[in-house]
Amino acid sequence: MADEISKVDEAASPTAPPPVAVPAAKPEAPAAGMPLLRIDAVVKKFGQFRAVDGLSLDIHAGEFFALLGPSGCGKTTLLRMLAGFETPDEGRILLDGKDMAQIPPHQRPVNMMFQSYALFPHLSAKDNIAFGLRRARLSPSDIDARVSEMVALVKLEGLENRKPDQLSGGQRQRVALARSLARRPQLLLLDEPLAALDKKLRESTQLELMELQRRLGLTFVIVTHDQAEAMTMAGRIGVMDAGRLEQVATPRDLYEAPHSRWIAEFVGDINLIEGKLDASGDTHLTMARRLAITTTQAGTIYVAEPRQPLTRDNLCVAIRPEKVKLSRRPPVSDDTRAINRIDGVVTDVSYLGGMTSYKVKLDTGLVLRSSMANTARLDIDAYSPSQRVVAWFSPEDCLVLEQ
Amino acid sequence: MASRPNKLSSFNIAALALGLAFLYLPIVILIIYSFNASRLVTVWGGWSLQWYGEFFHDEAMIDAAWMSLRVGATSATLATILGTLAAVALARGAGFRGRTLFSGMLYAPLVMPEVITGLSLLLLFVAIDAERGFWTVVIAHTTLTMCFVSVVVQARLGALDRSLEEAAMDLGCGPARAFLSVTLPLILPSVAAGWMLAFTLSLDDLVIASFTTGPGSATLPIRIYSEVRLGVKPEINAICTLVVALIALVIVAASLASKMSDARGKSAAPL
Amino acid sequence: MSGRSIFTRPARFAAIAPYLWMALFFLVPFLFVLKISLSQTAIAQPPYTPVFDVAEGWEAIKSAFAALSLDNFHLLVTDDLYVLSYLRSLMVAAVSTAILLAIGYPVAYGMARLPPRWQAIAMMLVIVPFWTSFLIRIYAWINILQHDGLLNEVLLALHLVSSPVVWLSTDSAMYLGIVYSYLPFMILPLYATLSKMDPALLEAASDLGASPLAAFWRVTFPLSLPGIGAGALLCFIPIVGEFVIPDLLAGSDALMIGQTLWLEFFTNKDWPVASATAVVLLLLLLAPLLLYERLQRRQLEQA
Repeated sequence: MADEISKVDEAASPTAPPPVAVPAAKPEAPAAGMPLLRIDAVVKKFGQFRAVDGLSLDIHAGEFFALLGPSGCGKTTLLRMLAGFETPDEGRILLDGKDMAQIPPHQRPVNMMFQSYALFPHLSAKDNIAFGLRRARLSPSDIDARVSEMVALVKLEGLENRKPDQLSGGQRQRVALARSLARRPQLLLLDEPLAALDKKLRESTQLELMELQRRLGLTFVIVTHDQAEAMTMAGRIGVMDAGRLEQVATPRDLYEAPHSRWIAEFVGDINLIEGKLDASGDTHLTMARRLAITTTQAGTIYVAEPRQPLTRDNLCVAIRPEKVKLSRRPPVSDDTRAINRIDGVVTDVSYLGGMTSYKVKLDTGLVLRSSMANTARLDIDAYSPSQRVVAWFSPEDCLVLEQ
Repeated sequence: MASRPNKLSSFNIAALALGLAFLYLPIVILIIYSFNASRLVTVWGGWSLQWYGEFFHDEAMIDAAWMSLRVGATSATLATILGTLAAVALARGAGFRGRTLFSGMLYAPLVMPEVITGLSLLLLFVAIDAERGFWTVVIAHTTLTMCFVSVVVQARLGALDRSLEEAAMDLGCGPARAFLSVTLPLILPSVAAGWMLAFTLSLDDLVIASFTTGPGSATLPIRIYSEVRLGVKPEINAICTLVVALIALVIVAASLASKMSDARGKSAAPL
Repeated sequence: MSGRSIFTRPARFAAIAPYLWMALFFLVPFLFVLKISLSQTAIAQPPYTPVFDVAEGWEAIKSAFAALSLDNFHLLVTDDLYVLSYLRSLMVAAVSTAILLAIGYPVAYGMARLPPRWQAIAMMLVIVPFWTSFLIRIYAWINILQHDGLLNEVLLALHLVSSPVVWLSTDSAMYLGIVYSYLPFMILPLYATLSKMDPALLEAASDLGASPLAAFWRVTFPLSLPGIGAGALLCFIPIVGEFVIPDLLAGSDALMIGQTLWLEFFTNKDWPVASATAVVLLLLLLAPLLLYERLQRRQLEQA
């Protein structure tokens, strides 16, 4: 249990404006070395159902890690095993090299922030925060000092004597956070902590959590089903499905280089075009090796050769909507980026404020999604439904995924 | 939220098992001994139905049993009507002047020592010169059991999905119509359960019946009590077993009724 | 809980009939008890005087009022018999409630931690004896506790005693009977409160470093206090006025107030003193009664 209190720089006083929403660069995939948390081939069964199916993962100290996945994928079960509320049927969980198997929750240097907050209704906010400190047998003066520190950290000054039913949802969330941080755990687990908040509050809280984590130098593992949340907050994301880890990557890698069709569809919007590899070799375009994929619904598409060699014939070309560009006139013919170009008709236009999303029905049959940022306030170039356009995209922007 | 089965320690299981055994053992012993051919409790004389036979030849007992059944059925019906009305008022009426007094009066018999309620009712009957007998006991029992019915029905009304009534109104019913065609059918199993509860309570009451009954209208508990004061008689075992069997039947019917009630109309919104 | 809706006004009309009934058959009788308690006993029908007879006119009524006195209350307060009876009743009720709490809490706690399907069954199992005639259950205990009853048989057979022990007509038998009869009244409110508790709270306590015992004492127990209050009052108040159980199971040297009242009324035919006894009993129970009504209201509103 980290007793070392890195004296937190004084949080903003109530009169100062809230921190501006510009987070510093997130820590990249951390350096090699003994991971803080090692999950080793863990299996958890409920009857016949395998909630967690042979999952292995390393999480490093100082990371902000997100477990992302649809409901029922096992992410919450995994989190509860880290906290100690469930025990793995197979495999080990090692915290700081120590096997957690025999250690009950109240003896682990791990704390959890519950989705429902689980605040003790009979105790004031102050006493809720002090609860864990009292169990740790700190001296009364130390407890008071730490509680004041926590209250200032989450900006709850003036509210600490209220009971949970006298606080708003956002305030209760702060109490839950302060309570879970009070003991300076080596590992903080957060179970969908922002689910109950409205959008604006959620966004500002996300940034505050990130800043807290960075400032305190703690390790956070957050469980969420909201990909935008995972992408915003986490340095690395582990995508789970049906008890297994599908991919562990930084947000950028997850978005731009998903390992499978399922992940590509799960994270963000994507266009998928099914096709077969054209064995007749590369094209006349040199510079980088190109592959030709023959598709039934979009003609021949040229893609950059993927890093892993392809093992199957049935493939899927994946392009993110923002990489699909539209123009009224076909692009210049020797523009190597625009080698993939298909004519079509705009069928739907959705104006979303920051960007506009189009559905284009190609002459070859497929419906492509394209999104373009609205970079100018008065956009005379915006397309309207039933307008004929050319959709084009570069081979480098394409992903080749196996079916 | 994933269901988390609660872990049960061996201490808990032991406490539960002991508690339940304590509750049931005496009754089970009673039932067994009602079939004891021997007069003495210490001697087991084989299985016999003679004590049941004696009961059926005991006119005084049969009369008392019949009286109890009539009183029970009548007072249960009255109590159910009044208790349901009270439950509706409390569950749907929000705050009204005198609500505190109303619910206080309604639920006081739940806690009040029976000697007090019995005595006070008798004094009322004497003051208005009412003839004490069947009807005075019925009135007394109705007063006593009304709150039990109200508790049962009020709980059900509280758990009912309000949007069902609102949907009925949206489709053209006035409030009264909505209540009669939607709410009432849905709470009917609870109302029936309340009736059965009032019936068993009336069947069982000794103190209040003693105060409010008249000559020649003894109820079964009164007769049993006067016999018991003289000592244990095997015939009493038989009577008690019969009463237990009757009440068991009523309970099974009540639980079936409330199971039906649970199946329909439970709030669909996740808690 | 519920605010105003279109149902509110019609629903209030439903209160009229029960309201009138209870006012007539519950409140008004208390006035009669009060009046009789201020009267004298008489060999007459009804066996008290003065009698308010409206037919006799205003003068008669005024003189009847003058005849009321506090003599009966004076008797209750000064005569040791009654004072001891009241004290005994309060003590028996307090001790019984403590025993009921000690037995009922673990049972209710165990019930609340059962898987949901089993909880419904457990609740049925606890309620069923309560519906089985109260008198019968006491009688069942007489059966077992009598001189040649089952308990003595078992003890003799196991050689735990050399001769039959006297169980009946003792305070122990009475306490046994009281605990036996009132156990469901203690278990159910406790169970209701305990089962409503969010299991995540115990997990949070454990997560924050509380051992299972500390978690129980610091989280579960404080949150179950309303249930403890409700159960304790639901038992204490009626036990003070208990009649049947002490009459059948306890010895005859000291009487509880319920027995005293019964005696005065049925045996001595002294209605005024019996009424005065009831009035004083009610006064004694006033504080717990109001407390119970407050708790009850709060729990029903929160439901």
